[in-house]
Amino acid sequence: MEHVKTKEQGQVAASPMRISGAEAIIQCLLAEGVDLIYGYPGGAIMPVYDELYKFQDRLRHVLTRHEQAAAHAAQGYARVSGRVGVAMATSGPGATNLVTGLADAQIDSTPVVCITGQVSRHLLGSDAFQETDIIGISTPITKWNYQITKASEIPEIMAKAFFIARSGRPGPVLVDITKNAQFDELDFQYQPCRGVRSYNPVPKPDMEAIRAAATLINQAKKPYIVYGQGVILGKAEAELKALVEKAGIPAAWTILGLSAMDSDHPLNVGMVGMHGNYGPNVLTNECDVLVAIGMRFDDRVTGNLETYAKQAKVIHFEIDPAEVNKNVHADVAVLGNARETLGLLLPLIRENSHEEWVGEFHKKYQEEYQAVIEGDIHPTKPGLTMGEVVTEINRATGHRAVIVTDVGQHQMVTCRYAKFRDTKSNITSGGLGTMGFALPAAIGAKMGAMDREVVAVIGDGGYQMTIQELATIFQNKLPVKIVVLNNDFLGMVRQWQELFFDSRYASTVMVNPDFVKIAEGYYLKARRVDKREELAEAVQEMISSKEAYFLEVRVEKEDNVFPMIPSGASVSDIRLK
Amino acid sequence: MENKLFTISVYSENNVGLLNRISGIFLKRHINIESLNVSKSEIEGVSKFTIVVNTTESWTRKIVTQIEKQIEVIKAFYHTDEETIFQETALFKIASHLLFDERQIQNIIKESHSQIVTVSREFFVLAKTGRRHEIDEMYHELEPFGIMQFVRSGRIAVSKAEMQITPLLAKFQHSETEN
Repeated sequence: MEHVKTKEQGQVAASPMRISGAEAIIQCLLAEGVDLIYGYPGGAIMPVYDELYKFQDRLRHVLTRHEQAAAHAAQGYARVSGRVGVAMATSGPGATNLVTGLADAQIDSTPVVCITGQVSRHLLGSDAFQETDIIGISTPITKWNYQITKASEIPEIMAKAFFIARSGRPGPVLVDITKNAQFDELDFQYQPCRGVRSYNPVPKPDMEAIRAAATLINQAKKPYIVYGQGVILGKAEAELKALVEKAGIPAAWTILGLSAMDSDHPLNVGMVGMHGNYGPNVLTNECDVLVAIGMRFDDRVTGNLETYAKQAKVIHFEIDPAEVNKNVHADVAVLGNARETLGLLLPLIRENSHEEWVGEFHKKYQEEYQAVIEGDIHPTKPGLTMGEVVTEINRATGHRAVIVTDVGQHQMVTCRYAKFRDTKSNITSGGLGTMGFALPAAIGAKMGAMDREVVAVIGDGGYQMTIQELATIFQNKLPVKIVVLNNDFLGMVRQWQELFFDSRYASTVMVNPDFVKIAEGYYLKARRVDKREELAEAVQEMISSKEAYFLEVRVEKEDNVFPMIPSGASVSDIRLK
Repeated sequence: MENKLFTISVYSENNVGLLNRISGIFLKRHINIESLNVSKSEIEGVSKFTIVVNTTESWTRKIVTQIEKQIEVIKAFYHTDEETIFQETALFKIASHLLFDERQIQNIIKESHSQIVTVSREFFVLAKTGRRHEIDEMYHELEPFGIMQFVRSGRIAVSKAEMQITPLLAKFQHSETEN
């Protein structure tokens, strides 16, 4: 639990020490308050690993079984803890294996620093063994990257890397370090980075825009809030709740905004987007003021932009100027950190309630309940549903767990039905839709919140993309709970094939191994459930376990996730079946 | 919205890899760069990219915000042709004997206000600075005689309005010392 403590960041060494570049990297990590990194050794990063050996009492290195998993674990850690996750890999294939994690962290704004070894400076460009141009490769999927070729650059660049990763809209930074820079010595002195002159991480709030936003909200008859991860990253959960309650505005979450507000809050009305809730989607096109907070109008949220909230005045609270007017025109754009801007907005907001309007969300919920939800969470048909499994997890964890999901049907079902009371509790791959994310991300999530229950809910497809991480879980004795919802299909693709490709199930049938035996092969407790009568007890057994636990639930093979906005359709045209 | 030429000016730190980062923003949106020039700017240590694209204003605006988002970019602007003063330069390498055999070439040199940069026994080089259409016109006039080599630079441009980079940097310096 040591690494849950808040660390003093950026202690400044009193006088320079003469040390190697490799040790300097460790010293930089320690100065940034890092006590945990994920990685995989190899030739070009060996000097740093040699130093890690010497510092293992202060800096824990978790050996994943694939570099992609190191990146996802760092992401999971960052997402639950709010701190920068760190992953390390060697050059060449080690570095390229990080790429999916970098891309995922970039699109989901996750603060991660990846350190890669590189061939010696004199070999750069010679197609040396395990040389790859990771700077070129990672440029479009990093917030910033840099190749260190001299030991003396290390302190300044590492400080900058952490500053950039965590500040403003967070994101991944890759630092590539040539082997000579690891061996060479430098006079080490650490100065934390306080700013970069060409980079303005948090725009200063403009009071005029805030007043304009307040006026629109105060005059609105049918105001509607859609909140995203910006609320979590900006630590604006309390301000969001205060706004929702003071102005009486119904609020819906984007997939990454989920858990920023208590699921059971009466004004928290559901999820927007392709498989979101009925009311939150349909009523987007009936509100008169749409208040978007820390979200970026992804196409999975908006559906067809031509018919998205055209009747509404749009207020966009956003930290990244490049997101304003990118997809949806903002009548009022409020730039800045959401905590700060909402804090300035709140005193200007009139106490209000919109009972009739909120009632419309409740009415729509009833319709959805009849058509979809009841059958999902209280099924009467023989086959088990994903929804009832998630409901059992809710019951067993008291809405207090961190729930990590992969990508696909199980993810949509979980994000619809999982209940949360605490922020930073929904860890999923949103923007990139990375299958294989959940298992390694759950490792990071657990280590970022050792005192919390962490449940990974994964499909049988994505599970097998990073299944090797069961070894990491076992080796590090991490009590992660793993639920695989097995329908022997790539379920979401199969659903699309059924609905839009006349049920031609091209390459979506999975002939799966015995998952229980595999988990047992990794010395994990494991169980399979295929009967409703056993489900509640099996979930309870899993949650009660002090160690890692694998639960396979055999669910109905050809269930579909509804509601659904067909690709390219309007949010108003969401289908209940 | 119709396609149009826009000149994007980017003030940035002079760092390895930034060109890649900026060109990637165009690549990602499948937008072709008409011309690109990188040079030093009026501020010491600050580079200036001048990029010409033929696209809609809405795309240009989005590209500029994405460019400005890059850590090492200080500020980016876009302007229409009317809002800038701009020039291109071209070099024409031509066989020297033509200078004596073809009287018309001497007229072209005079009328185009181009300069003879060098003359050798085998070839001479003409330099012409001006608008794209002036260079194109000169090219068409010289083409029948045979051009040994031709190259044209990217557009370079200054805006009529101020760009205010120095105050921006000074503001940062100020907040730095305050911290």
